[in-house]
Amino acid sequence: MWSLSNIAANIDQWLNANMSPTWALIVEMVIAGVAVIGLFAALGLVLVIMERKVSAWIQIRLGPNRVGPKGMLQSLADTLKLLVKEGMTPGGADKLLFNVAPFVAMIVAMLLLAPIAFAKDFQLWDLNIGVLYISAVSSISVISILMAGWASNNKYSLLGAMRSGAQIVSYELSAGLAVLAIVVLTGSLRISDIIQAQENGWWLFKGHIPVIIAFIIFIIAVTAETNRAPFDLAEAESELTAGFHTEYSGMKFALFFLAEYVNVFIVCAIGATLFLGGWMPFHIGNWHAFNGVMDWIPSSVWFFGKTFFLIFVIMWFRWTFPRLRIDQLLNLEWKYLLPISMFNLLLVTLIAIMGWHF
Amino acid sequence: MFEEVGTTTEGDLIINMGPQHPATHGVLHLVVTLNGETIKNVEPHLGYIHRSIEKMCESLTYRQFIYVTSRMDYLSAHINNHACAMCVEKGLQLEVPPRAQVIRVLMDELTRLASHELWWGAMAMDLGAFTPFFHAFREREVINDIMEETCGARLTMNYMVPGGVMHDLHPNFQQRVKDFLQLYKRKIHEYDELVTGNIIFQNRMKGVGIISPEDVISYGCTGPVARGSGVSSDVRKLYPYEIYDKLEFDEVLEDGCDSFARYMVRIREMQQSVRIIEQLIDNIPDGEFQAKTKAVLKLPKGEFYSKAETARGELGVYIVSEGGTTPYRIKFRSPGFSNLSALNHLVKGGKIGDLIAAMGTLDLVIPDIDR
Repeated sequence: MWSLSNIAANIDQWLNANMSPTWALIVEMVIAGVAVIGLFAALGLVLVIMERKVSAWIQIRLGPNRVGPKGMLQSLADTLKLLVKEGMTPGGADKLLFNVAPFVAMIVAMLLLAPIAFAKDFQLWDLNIGVLYISAVSSISVISILMAGWASNNKYSLLGAMRSGAQIVSYELSAGLAVLAIVVLTGSLRISDIIQAQENGWWLFKGHIPVIIAFIIFIIAVTAETNRAPFDLAEAESELTAGFHTEYSGMKFALFFLAEYVNVFIVCAIGATLFLGGWMPFHIGNWHAFNGVMDWIPSSVWFFGKTFFLIFVIMWFRWTFPRLRIDQLLNLEWKYLLPISMFNLLLVTLIAIMGWHF
Repeated sequence: MFEEVGTTTEGDLIINMGPQHPATHGVLHLVVTLNGETIKNVEPHLGYIHRSIEKMCESLTYRQFIYVTSRMDYLSAHINNHACAMCVEKGLQLEVPPRAQVIRVLMDELTRLASHELWWGAMAMDLGAFTPFFHAFREREVINDIMEETCGARLTMNYMVPGGVMHDLHPNFQQRVKDFLQLYKRKIHEYDELVTGNIIFQNRMKGVGIISPEDVISYGCTGPVARGSGVSSDVRKLYPYEIYDKLEFDEVLEDGCDSFARYMVRIREMQQSVRIIEQLIDNIPDGEFQAKTKAVLKLPKGEFYSKAETARGELGVYIVSEGGTTPYRIKFRSPGFSNLSALNHLVKGGKIGDLIAAMGTLDLVIPDIDR
């Protein structure tokens, strides 16, 4: 049967049969790099059109419906427009930092695609500290926002960047603690181990209430980390016009825009991997017949289905909630989420030690 | 009461919010002095959309100048026209036929509903929630369609003339208003579900933008801003015009003094407007829709003043006549101007987010402030 892992294995075999192992590895790296760039662009386009359609559905309107069938090519047309626009650098801006910032945002998003398991045995880099790598690299994204805000020579950008700095640094703690809950249960930081541990049921269902709490905290924290409403203070358009990317135009703006959406995909993919079993089909204990039926659905469908469900939830937040104020945002993290998630981690540890989970 | 301008110290961040800014809903220019995120001072700069309407009115006849006033507070166009028409009628000592009075009140209340709907959507959008805007417009469009059918226009209706209204009601009017009320009652709970009951929204609104009843009076705030602080200021109740004294409706008062109180005043006012429309829609008397007037109107020498309750507060029209066909001097007392003057008081010491929220609850229409 054709699956993503079969295709990858076939390419690997064919390359190794025709080249020396070193060259085969180099060619594979190039293919992987191109694939990541392609995925970055494709995900950005798909998520933008998805967001516009979801928001239109929530807001009782039609959304884009002119370019392509049902408007599905609208984001492609928008990207083309942004590509041919002049990339302006405002006077008084720090030219180097201003022009580098969008690429930092893009590179972070691309780096984060590496350890994600898109399907069974289909993963770019299954490193043994996968979860740690994700938390470490994702925190670099704040630097790109701070760079953009500082270099723009614009007060709105500066305020937005400072807000974003406070916000991302705080919410990383809760996100990290929520992720740790699963690491404690699994006993491994490796993504493939975490998925394998969910073979007889996803952690969300196996880990009792503490894991559900961790999941909710994770969703709230990553929504804040990706600067999405109701935590979009960094670009609060009614307060700071466009926040840290006020001065950006053309492709430089598009890179920020695409990076935001790819980041949303990544955090949802991580949430799906840790709590909802990643590509693992829905299995119930030892109901072998039921599990067999579920295995018929390809693993990539499971992965993307779960991820896009979480993305939909995050979009749903954006189009229903008003925005928090900056002090309320920090209160929520330091006074509520952080203590709860610390206590919750203790509970999860207790469950893991006593072996109370299913 | 007035702070000295330019009390900035080293390290303050001064931001020019506007004249082009998404939250000022027009060309309002706020010079905001910030200490980090905390607001030290807000200074509104006006005049970007000043069209000297008062001066223009001096060269227009008493029939013509009413049309210009639709462009002041374009969301309460009917009520602006109404206040001007009443002032001219006062000068001419014209008796308005009962049918015209009822039509005027109906149109005023529909306008108030439409205006509050737009405010509700825009206010939620200021707080970062986009969806309410579209939900508000769904109902507002129906009102606009009703207006279009009878008045021929959707925003600047120019329907009120001295002595009554310009045309009779469209035959569909009664049925369409009844349909609208049905629709509105079916949808009104969505407003509370989507915004009012939201915990984030309540946290943003409660306890911020506080103004005491004494300050409301000294700043001259009227309308929902005054009533949110418990100051009775409804012209329809205090100085009833047309048939308001025969109608059953409550003056909505809240005593929270904060942004949330002002929000609730408007939400509850919408229900009062619906109540008024329900009382009148089946009881429109027959008869003339316009009193007989001369082709050229001439006001006797003297000063005339009338006021009406627009969606934003008290609109006063003051005409000085020298006995000719045009006013010698005309002055509008617009609610938005006084309400805006309280902005600094409302938000000082708050965060930038509070400024946006408080500005939303003032329901500013910039052409109304500048005129």
